[in-house]
Amino acid sequence: MMTNAMATQASPVRFYDTEEHDHPEGGSTMLGFWIYLMSDCLIFAILFACFAVLGGNYAAGPSPADLFELPLVALNTAMLLFSSITYGFAMLSMQAGRPGATRAWLAVTAVFGLAFLSIELYEFAHLIHIGATPQRSAFLSAFFTLVGTHGLHVTFGLIWIVTLIVQVGRRGLIPANQRRLMCLSLFWHFLDVIWIGVFTFVYLMGVLR
Amino acid sequence: MSAPSAVVSPIFGRLSLDALPLHEPILVTTFAAVALGGVALLALLTWFRLWGYLWKEWFTSVDHKKIGIMYMVLGLVMLLRGFADAIMMRLQQALAFNGSEGYLNAHHYDQIFTAHGVIMIFFVAMPLVTGIMNYVVPLQIGARDVSFPFLNNFSFWMTTAGAVLVMMSLFVGEFARTGWLAYPPLSGLAYSPDVGVDYYIWALQIAGVGTTLSGINLIVTIVKLRAPGMTMMRMPVFTWTSLCTNVLIVASFPVLTAVLTLLSLDRYVGTNFFTNDFGGNPMMYVNLIWIWGHPEVYILILPLFGVFSEVTSTFSGKRLFGYTSMVYATVVITILSYLVWLHHFFTMGSGASVNSFFGITTMVISIPTGAKLFNWLFTMYRGRIRFELPMMWTVAFMLTFVVGGMTGVLLAVPPADFVLHNSLFLIAHFHNVIIGGVLFGLFAAINYWFPKAFGFKLDVFWGKVSFWCWVVGFWMAFMPLYILGLMGVTRRMRVFDDPSLQIWFVVAGVGAVVIAIGIAAMLIQFVVSFMRREALRDVDGDPWNGRTLEWSTSSPPPEYNFAFTPIIHDLDAWHDMKRRGHERPVAGFRPIHMPKNTGTGVVLSAISLVCGFALVWHIWWLAALSFLAILVTAITHTFNYNRDFHIPAATVAATESERAPALVAAE
Amino acid sequence: MSHDAHHAEGTPHGSLRDYVIGFSLSVVLTAIPFWLVMERPLSAGLTGVLIMGFAVAQILVHMVYFLHMNGRSEGGWTMIALVFTLIVVAITMTGSLWVMYHLNTNMMPMPHALGGVP
Repeated sequence: MMTNAMATQASPVRFYDTEEHDHPEGGSTMLGFWIYLMSDCLIFAILFACFAVLGGNYAAGPSPADLFELPLVALNTAMLLFSSITYGFAMLSMQAGRPGATRAWLAVTAVFGLAFLSIELYEFAHLIHIGATPQRSAFLSAFFTLVGTHGLHVTFGLIWIVTLIVQVGRRGLIPANQRRLMCLSLFWHFLDVIWIGVFTFVYLMGVLR
Repeated sequence: MSAPSAVVSPIFGRLSLDALPLHEPILVTTFAAVALGGVALLALLTWFRLWGYLWKEWFTSVDHKKIGIMYMVLGLVMLLRGFADAIMMRLQQALAFNGSEGYLNAHHYDQIFTAHGVIMIFFVAMPLVTGIMNYVVPLQIGARDVSFPFLNNFSFWMTTAGAVLVMMSLFVGEFARTGWLAYPPLSGLAYSPDVGVDYYIWALQIAGVGTTLSGINLIVTIVKLRAPGMTMMRMPVFTWTSLCTNVLIVASFPVLTAVLTLLSLDRYVGTNFFTNDFGGNPMMYVNLIWIWGHPEVYILILPLFGVFSEVTSTFSGKRLFGYTSMVYATVVITILSYLVWLHHFFTMGSGASVNSFFGITTMVISIPTGAKLFNWLFTMYRGRIRFELPMMWTVAFMLTFVVGGMTGVLLAVPPADFVLHNSLFLIAHFHNVIIGGVLFGLFAAINYWFPKAFGFKLDVFWGKVSFWCWVVGFWMAFMPLYILGLMGVTRRMRVFDDPSLQIWFVVAGVGAVVIAIGIAAMLIQFVVSFMRREALRDVDGDPWNGRTLEWSTSSPPPEYNFAFTPIIHDLDAWHDMKRRGHERPVAGFRPIHMPKNTGTGVVLSAISLVCGFALVWHIWWLAALSFLAILVTAITHTFNYNRDFHIPAATVAATESERAPALVAAE
Repeated sequence: MSHDAHHAEGTPHGSLRDYVIGFSLSVVLTAIPFWLVMERPLSAGLTGVLIMGFAVAQILVHMVYFLHMNGRSEGGWTMIALVFTLIVVAITMTGSLWVMYHLNTNMMPMPHALGGVP
């Protein structure tokens, strides 16, 4: 992929780049953030593996079929999916160079994210209330940890969205802010991908079991 | 330590005056010595008014070279602590015969073998390896810094914060008594209710953040910042092995983070991942932690394989034999390292089919490793070998590491492992590869690149003293352990009943003393070299007639590394430039874009340390407060958009006119 | 590779069309598995296989339409990183299941469902 560098062999060999210009700052940021997401992906892989191995150990306690309310999960999934497309609209506004619209769509995204979190917290509170606590069985430990870690990521995503709303408001869509919006875009959509795994593997398969 | 007090104060958590180990005379003496030394150091720093200099030029520096050096200092300081643990164990085991209990009680001894393992892997080997990579990689690829200079500074301070937390456990409370991987259920709340395991967890979690981030940083640096013309297959071998190492770091440390989080949930929240009750499964912990643990040992050794390649090629005066096969061998090892983790617990009972799969994959790893060894030998063959210190370490590595590798293949045979598992044979094996491979490689690297970093070579006489003490000491200390292991002696024993074993432990103890002399000689080597620095001065930046780009700039390099980015036409870029008569430009300098120093990394790590300490001692208000402070500091940092500056062209021209005339031009 | 070669490639952007297609596909690919499990028109085994298939399909849709993955961005390095990660994820997940299945069979003689009763 990089064979063209030798094309100029005929002219005197240059050993130093004397014409070099500044490299735009942040040229490595997107790749770096992507690799961070890959490492995060592995954390989730371990939590999924734990759920796969320990998820059947109910310790004579409640099983997924006893606990999970699929309509609630479907609603939750819808919230996250809506937040994905609204984040997409924020990115489109950014590309169009409209800071106001970008901030508005970010705010909408945050509202959906908050709705998702609230529903999840309601579900957790309900489970704990009926005695299905994380301490009850290895299945519930794995369930709360996996879903809770995803929820924690969404929480940090929300903090980040609020930060960016303020920063875009202060500085506009300067390259640094655009880069941050793109990183957050990767983060937010990545969380949605993880959620696909969660609702399929934990909730749907759990109820099927 | 006494049983943990049931009372948990809302202000101090479970921290009380009982936490100070005043009843352990050894610890009290150590504390007195450390405190006196610390006070003396602080007084000296204040007396010579060095605080401002250290803060401005080092602690807040985002220069990869300074961060690399700070990593090395951290690793060497922690080596002294880890080695102190080692020699205490050797003394205990040499004494505790014929009814003698030795001089360490079980409570203390168990902490020592745990701390020794944890410190040596996480706070000696990792910082030293990361330090070398940090220093050398950007220079080798013709870059001015890493991709994310601030992150680099932050990573270093997080690693340091983890080290500080481990050191605190020496004097406040206690450390884990579980062995270096803290297997549950022993490390669970039921069997380790006190703070030891919590120190272990939070030290590794804090340091792990630093390690993962520095891994991401170096991957992106190597991918994005190579000088023009440096294709993947023209990268120096050390850069290649660094790339693979950092890939392994990024793809394995998250596993450790996740597993330790689950263990801490078991301990703090009362979940049942690894307990024996309510469906928990301790075997899952062993399985998961080795998914991290096996790649970890390749994280340690791969960069040193790169070092040996550079050293062999330089001191044989030849291009490396089989560069392509070396690269492929490295990549193959990288991937295979994810397929062998079960060989660490053959005896746990997964059965013949699983064991044979992992036994075979383990043995397969010796093929690419063997290929590397032959490449080094063929590089030396018919070369003009100069036995300078780095080359001596390399030869010692080859002889020692092969023995360690072969005992490894023995252990890879599951039926043999059932006999040798957890015996001193295993201990001898992994010290054989880690000391003979990683540590010898690090000493080769330190002797090789020291002149680049400081501008003068290391003294040869004391280097040789250190070398021979280390090599002889190593063989004396660990060959007896092979023999004892074959006789069935298990690891982590405090007292022995069979007096016929004692002689072997005494020999091993003498070996450890010889190694101690080797370490002392190395410290003397540094001091002597500093005093003789004018005689040892490296004037032209290329003391070994090197072949890669780091030797094309001055020693030490200017903060921007290269006034003009080099253009690469060949694998051994600098050798090629010298051979074809490159001309160093002496005019037309341009302003150079550089990142600004920042203290945020220090502040964030300091708060993380406080947070870790609060979590260990269940001081909940402080933990919450410091976590909030971390968030606020991090977010505030993102509001600072003014992070870079330009070195004016005139300054660059002045620096260059001062250093460039002395540099090597052409052969 | 020169520094400049990277800049030309840039980070891919999505268009409105991409987001709408991605969203519509995601809605369908989410609704069907929920319906399959809530209404149970098929056997449990077949449903399980199907919903796994839908999950994989939807993950691919997200990758392409929301994360704008392709083989060209960042000189192909994002794709390499992803593929490598997927390999490691596959090894850790299947490996853990395989190893733990055998360990549980060999080392936990009690009936599996009751294995954890205190």
